[in-house]
Amino acid sequence: MEILTKPWPWYVAGPIIGLMVPLLLIIGNKAFGISSSLRHICAACIPANISFFTYDWKKEAWNLFLVGGILIGGIISAYYLGSTEPVVVNENLRAELQTYGVTDISSLMPVELFNFNSLLTLRGFILIVVGGFFVGFGTRYAGGCTSGHAIMGISNLQVPSIIATCSFMIGGIVMANFILPYILSL
Amino acid sequence: MTATKDMASHFKPLEDTDFEVRSLDSVCLNESHLVHPWWYNFKYLITGIAFGIILVKSEVISWFRIQEMFRFQSFHMYGVIGSAVIVGMLSIFIIKKFNIKTIYGEPIDLSAKKFNKGNIYGGLIFGFGWALTGACPGPLFAQIGTGALVVSVSLLSAIAGTWMYGYLRDKLPH
Repeated sequence: MEILTKPWPWYVAGPIIGLMVPLLLIIGNKAFGISSSLRHICAACIPANISFFTYDWKKEAWNLFLVGGILIGGIISAYYLGSTEPVVVNENLRAELQTYGVTDISSLMPVELFNFNSLLTLRGFILIVVGGFFVGFGTRYAGGCTSGHAIMGISNLQVPSIIATCSFMIGGIVMANFILPYILSL
Repeated sequence: MTATKDMASHFKPLEDTDFEVRSLDSVCLNESHLVHPWWYNFKYLITGIAFGIILVKSEVISWFRIQEMFRFQSFHMYGVIGSAVIVGMLSIFIIKKFNIKTIYGEPIDLSAKKFNKGNIYGGLIFGFGWALTGACPGPLFAQIGTGALVVSVSLLSAIAGTWMYGYLRDKLPH
């Protein structure tokens, strides 16, 4: 049981994530991808006559079941497989975060940054609301996210997916190293 | 009726721009012609549960792990994504090589993606969002499951972002 509750190493998690690709293809001819679910939610709830959202989303309902499962998986791991130990954080990162007043590493999310009260601060608003907007807008504009491009697309040797994945990394590196420090200082 | 329609759009991709966008999304392409009752979708729910547990237990959903990745302070995320890609690549190679079929006996469709500038512009924007929220779309759902309820605001915002893309799509460079 202890093996299950401790964080799983990359060489266990990575290959299992990779197996999602053949699993979905074999059980239903589905291409692994998560961000499309956001589009289906738009199509189901607020299509507003925009051609991008007027398609038969019910045919893609499998994707909504998949993300519903991810949510349930999160609940199961938090309540039955949860680790009580603090998260191991790189020393340099930890020291830098302390200068912004972020010291709590008891959970996977820094609770001082991600809570409902911080939504009313500029810092929290940028991290939670603007960040979320970028995730939704950017993944659809790019035509996929980490699962659809980085894992499924590169597995299928697609050049656009390699370009998209490099763009994700460049965007993230620029944000984390050069812009985020200013946001965290707010 | 959709079968003939689909065939037509395959032969005239230039006239049907929606087809192009859909092919980029790899959505509505792997459409099975078999009709299943809705509860067949529960197999995807179970797959999702397994995926969610892995995302949480390997700490892929952790804001700290994402910061370490983008600051080159830890190998963890590179190990996860890199080994996932290698296993995925080998799997697709085997599927193609041995012409493996689905459990219903259908041939497996693997659609090609077509490059457009959105892969770069959208990719950069998503990279910004990934570093801010510490989450790509899958982890957003998993984080909410672990009890980080404020992330549901990020998720709603991501849905709004997707909607805004759909609204502005014709005006954006592709």
